[in-house]
Amino acid sequence: MSDNGEKSDLASFDGRLKQAREQALDPLNKPGHKKNAQMSGIGLAFRVSIELISAVAVGGGFGWLLDGWLGTRPWLMLVFILLGGAAGMLNVYRISSGNGYAAGYVKEEPDAEDRAGGDQGNQ
Amino acid sequence: MAEKHSPLEQFIIKPLIPLKAGGLDLSFTNSAAFMAIAVVVITLVMIVGMRRPALVPSRMQSIAELGYLFVANMLRDTVGSEGRRYFPFIFTLFMFVLGGNMLGMIPYGFTYTSHIIVTFTMAAIIFIGVTLIGLVKHGLRFFAFFLPPGTPLWMAPLAVVIEIISYFSRPISLSVRLFANMLAGHSLMKVFAGFIISLGVFGFVPFLAVFALTGLELLIAFLQAYVFTVLTCLYLNDALHLH
Repeated sequence: MSDNGEKSDLASFDGRLKQAREQALDPLNKPGHKKNAQMSGIGLAFRVSIELISAVAVGGGFGWLLDGWLGTRPWLMLVFILLGGAAGMLNVYRISSGNGYAAGYVKEEPDAEDRAGGDQGNQ
Repeated sequence: MAEKHSPLEQFIIKPLIPLKAGGLDLSFTNSAAFMAIAVVVITLVMIVGMRRPALVPSRMQSIAELGYLFVANMLRDTVGSEGRRYFPFIFTLFMFVLGGNMLGMIPYGFTYTSHIIVTFTMAAIIFIGVTLIGLVKHGLRFFAFFLPPGTPLWMAPLAVVIEIISYFSRPISLSVRLFANMLAGHSLMKVFAGFIISLGVFGFVPFLAVFALTGLELLIAFLQAYVFTVLTCLYLNDALHLH
């Protein structure tokens, strides 16, 4: 009886060991994004607002610098503030489309395949 | 003077050892002191924790091992096995940010992560480092990052500009997120704490609020360190595996 129990213990241990090894070795195994999705609502709201504002600020800053360089004082800044708003919405879209924090272009599943192909190409 | 405590007074930088060199103010401030304390505490926890490793870990060993496993799993989940090379940096970053946030929770402590220059410096280093890693690994193909696949060619000038702005907004949002969370949380606690005395008998209401907020702040301190690190991992992932 006890011998039996020991054996099944060993079998389950083998299983768990194998699982852990596979998880450690497989780079495409990434449950990380799902964990991020469980963030609280207020965290999400904070993140979205900061993404929007920072993109507009960066756009405005770029435009201001380009204005100083090209001598077109107010105009490029106005254009770039709008472009910054577009970039902010793009960031928010990426957060909401399940890419988590990543600024990727493709969703999770095709991403994994893409990456496997890309890795082989690089090596 | 002692009566006029502003909720923002806790963020004032005070030089402890004044030092001026070549027109630059290089004083050793309370901010720098708490950074040094954080580094010493983290190093001590790690060294003491792993001095006598046992199969059944002691408390210190548990802390050290949990920290290691947490960051290692985060890195593996987000970057994959290629990210292992960058583990020392990511681990140091996580521990430094977590240490700063947690030291700020100690009364009379100073939260160095509540200053945007500190968080922005870290974010800028991460941004430049990650960009260089991407450039070294992929060469000129890295710039394909700024043109989403499947974009019509006539849209390219607009899309590329928007993508570049989006890319450059990363260090800003990374640093502002950590700084704003720390600043807002700590000022809020001070504001509520200020009501305790001024409300007299009814002071127990803000006292309960501060009690609850302290728990929330501890959670946020940990969560923001996690978010800062996980975002760094994701940026690293983007640089290592171009989409």
